[in-house]
Amino acid sequence: MGSPGAPVVAVLDYGAANMVSIGQALASAGARVVVATNAAALERVDALVVPGVGAAAPAMVHLRKCGLLEPLRNWVRMGRPCLGICLGYQLFFQRSEEADAETLGLLGGRTIRLKDAPTLPHIGWNSVEFVRPDPLFAGIPDGSHFYFVHSYAPVPQDDGIAVARTTHGRSFVSAVVQGSLYGVQFHPEKSAEAGQRFLGNFLRLVASASKPAHGSEVA
Amino acid sequence: MLARRVIPCLDVANGRVVKGTKFVDLTDEGDPAELAERYAHEGADEIVFLDITAAPEGRGTMLDVVRRTASRAFVPLTVGGGVRSVDEMRDVLRAGADKVSFNTAAVAKPELLSACARRFGSQAVVCAIDARRLEGRPGSEPGASAAWDVVTHGGRQATGIDAVEWAQRAVALGAGELLVTSMDRDGTRSGFDTALLREISSRVRVPVIASGGAAGPEDFVLAVKDGGADAVLAASIFHRRIYSIDSVKRAMAAAGLPVRPVKEAVA
Repeated sequence: MGSPGAPVVAVLDYGAANMVSIGQALASAGARVVVATNAAALERVDALVVPGVGAAAPAMVHLRKCGLLEPLRNWVRMGRPCLGICLGYQLFFQRSEEADAETLGLLGGRTIRLKDAPTLPHIGWNSVEFVRPDPLFAGIPDGSHFYFVHSYAPVPQDDGIAVARTTHGRSFVSAVVQGSLYGVQFHPEKSAEAGQRFLGNFLRLVASASKPAHGSEVA
Repeated sequence: MLARRVIPCLDVANGRVVKGTKFVDLTDEGDPAELAERYAHEGADEIVFLDITAAPEGRGTMLDVVRRTASRAFVPLTVGGGVRSVDEMRDVLRAGADKVSFNTAAVAKPELLSACARRFGSQAVVCAIDARRLEGRPGSEPGASAAWDVVTHGGRQATGIDAVEWAQRAVALGAGELLVTSMDRDGTRSGFDTALLREISSRVRVPVIASGGAAGPEDFVLAVKDGGADAVLAASIFHRRIYSIDSVKRAMAAAGLPVRPVKEAVA
């Protein structure tokens, strides 16, 4: 499960299914993975991953019930590395059209239903087109396929945070970066080699961000 | 652009991959987790496991297969066969599956689709429909008044339910995807029943997976072009290495269909 000195990544378990895959994909990419079901588990970790499949409203209820809502907000406000995947990414924004749920509000904008899509849910491998280069996609060719499974997608208020877009009916923002906050609509943990490369890139960004906090570590 | 998926299907009985013809005459094809991992490396867009024994003792074996596969192959996994409740679905998802496919249980208790979709989202709920062309209308052309009966219990029980109507109802209830198998074509390598696929795909908005009858790459192309399928599933032609996933995808790309290249150059 990752070598000593590997970044420690907490995957938030708030009732969303398939914790197994994200944990194993992160471990395979070189992380030490812990599953966090409460705020105490966030101590001494280098990064947070907010996974998620399912609906926005119950996810928010679960986060609140687990006492993870404020710790998660604080973590991001402190500028610590955090990756949201699929529903986890959508939760970063202010509201979701899905049952008109109020979400975390860490990023400006709202999540809308992809109502003009030819098929819904949007299930399968779609190309991720870069808006601008970002270390998150280092070594991954523009237009590479990643696995998507969703019916909703965020519309960021600030278009400047978008690093990649994908088209299914309409073009939507499939990856954002704001400081150390990363969000992707696709599932890197289900995206074969491209996904493993992506998670490796995330872990490298985490490692470089956490260096000062672990001053005693020798590179 | 959304790629059309190529999906190897692993029919699992007592922990081994088996393959039959028209759902009978099973032969042993290997270890499911090993085969799944091989397919993931060979460019499979997704893996489907169908537990065809669907007996209670098969359940633990299946969860173990899913766990072993999910730890080594990072592609989507769908599991079907014998899942009858929200709790059983939760166990399968917790083992590492992304989707669960319902067949006999959904016909017997259609509200199961709704309950599972409410709990885990429609994207995780697949309704598998085994359809048999009704006698008396042989060789019906696409657009002609062909009809198909829903068959359950691994092809053993006719239901008298119209397959196209059931497909629409399943989607209305919460299925986020349909896995449509032609029983007449299953294992016969005589091509997909594109008329059946077209009847269903033209009436629903969710993705339709074509299954039953793949003989060669051109059948995959027809399932998409004529049948309107979003994904194409096959078993024996992959297990027996008659065709590689790569050769199928190349044929699809040559026909102008969007696919995920088997080796997308990751630097």
